Amino acid sequence: MRLPRALLALTAAAALAACGHRDLSALDPAGPQAGRIAALTWYLVIVGSAVFVVTTGFLLYALWRGGRRVENYSGEAAERHIHRWIYGAVGVTTLILLVTLIYDFTTGRALASFAEPDALTIRVTGHQWWWQVQYIDPVPSNRFETANEIHVPVGRRVRIEVQAADVIHSFWVPNLHGKVDLIPGYTNTTYFRADRAGVYHGRCAEFCGYQHARMDFLVIADPPAQFAAWYRNQLRSAPAPADSVQQAGQQVFLSTRCAMCHTVRGTEAGSRVGPDLTHLASRTTLAAGTLPNIRGSLGGWVLDPQSIKPGAYMPPNPLEPDELHALLSYLESLK
Amino acid sequence: MKRTFAPPYLRPAAVLALAALAAGCDLEQRSFQETPPGATAFPAVQTTDIQAGPKSADPSVGVYQENRWAVSQGQTWYEQFNCAGCHAPGGGGGMGVPLNDAEWIYGSDPENVFATIVEGRPNGMPSFRGKISNTQLWQLVAYVRSISGLTPRDTWSPRNDHMQEGRPNRAARPEPQLP
Repeated sequence: MRLPRALLALTAAAALAACGHRDLSALDPAGPQAGRIAALTWYLVIVGSAVFVVTTGFLLYALWRGGRRVENYSGEAAERHIHRWIYGAVGVTTLILLVTLIYDFTTGRALASFAEPDALTIRVTGHQWWWQVQYIDPVPSNRFETANEIHVPVGRRVRIEVQAADVIHSFWVPNLHGKVDLIPGYTNTTYFRADRAGVYHGRCAEFCGYQHARMDFLVIADPPAQFAAWYRNQLRSAPAPADSVQQAGQQVFLSTRCAMCHTVRGTEAGSRVGPDLTHLASRTTLAAGTLPNIRGSLGGWVLDPQSIKPGAYMPPNPLEPDELHALLSYLESLK
Repeated sequence: MKRTFAPPYLRPAAVLALAALAAGCDLEQRSFQETPPGATAFPAVQTTDIQAGPKSADPSVGVYQENRWAVSQGQTWYEQFNCAGCHAPGGGGGMGVPLNDAEWIYGSDPENVFATIVEGRPNGMPSFRGKISNTQLWQLVAYVRSISGLTPRDTWSPRNDHMQEGRPNRAARPEPQLP
């Protein structure tokens, strides 16, 4: 009986250890704020565990000792002894709570006072079920829009303005910062900074309907030079079709349902209902982290999104095989 | 001992009645696969005489007309696909004809409205053939008809999709029907 239980505990511990997803973990901070949050978390876990161990120890001791009589334990001396313990325990508890309160307060204050006027400003709008990302610049020609993938330069503060287009969502990149809610009709602001290059996963952290679980995004922290190159490329309009197949694909895009919802800058497609597809091929996922951005999944997604992400607002697109392949070639050329 | 005045069968009867009520509670089933992928079911273009348009026998017509979800989706498409650009949010009309009155140049049946959107109409209404999925089209038709109160009252939209000040759109209080 004893061995199976120990095995079970070991298996559970192993399973828990496997839960760690390095790119989606508040305990693996990549920025100063996530670092503060992680430090506070560890502090609470360690102090809480210590308190638990000590109080449980006293309880067990009392149970073990309870059965025995103590001779001559009465009178003033005993009273003083008891009081010493009670006052001591209350004092230690108050001290621990006070230190925790102060630590928590200073952490909250540090998180909230991370603002900087000349931070890179990115406006993130939550839709059911994808993320619209707009890079805001004082110069209008330096603004552009993308979706589900946020590139940021390493070491620079980023100001995120979040909005919601339909229902409430929540913007959460555990490796960089805590959550911030997206409220329809209201703009929330948060700041973060990525201190090491890497790809960090983000997730919608507020239930928002059928496909809440498939509403992911990526924050990609690039070294400044690489970020500048990416930014310059995103500013460009979509490249013109390079061959006749892509040309036909562009025709399919513009003459069927695609153009009703999507924008490809540099063409007549300028609708703002669905994600901007100007540089679709430069992104790594499709449908807000649901699929890898490869030709096969792109084709499946275009033809029948409802089998992949039921309830998503993209309708099925019945295309002839040659139309589909032309369209896919065109979409893959949107680097 | 506590005295009760209720007859002994009252409690089981109440339980039964509650069970019957609970059985009546049913979440509306929403299917996301109305149009099987690969199916194209647009009616053929009508190029003959001037008339209210052909009537396609689509069994799903009624479903969409009486479904509040379909109407509200139709309202979303109405704004997103820029129907509102000509017909105004709420269907008051502008560059395009008003949709909140009782005048229907090309017919007010769901099939007529469907044909109007798919084929377009002279003097400005473009054809949306191939641009909008059938499901979305029928949802749009349901919304357009709801603006003048042609769908059941409980499907009418109580609000706009966007923040607005002042009173909600006309769908909640349709214009009086002209004779």
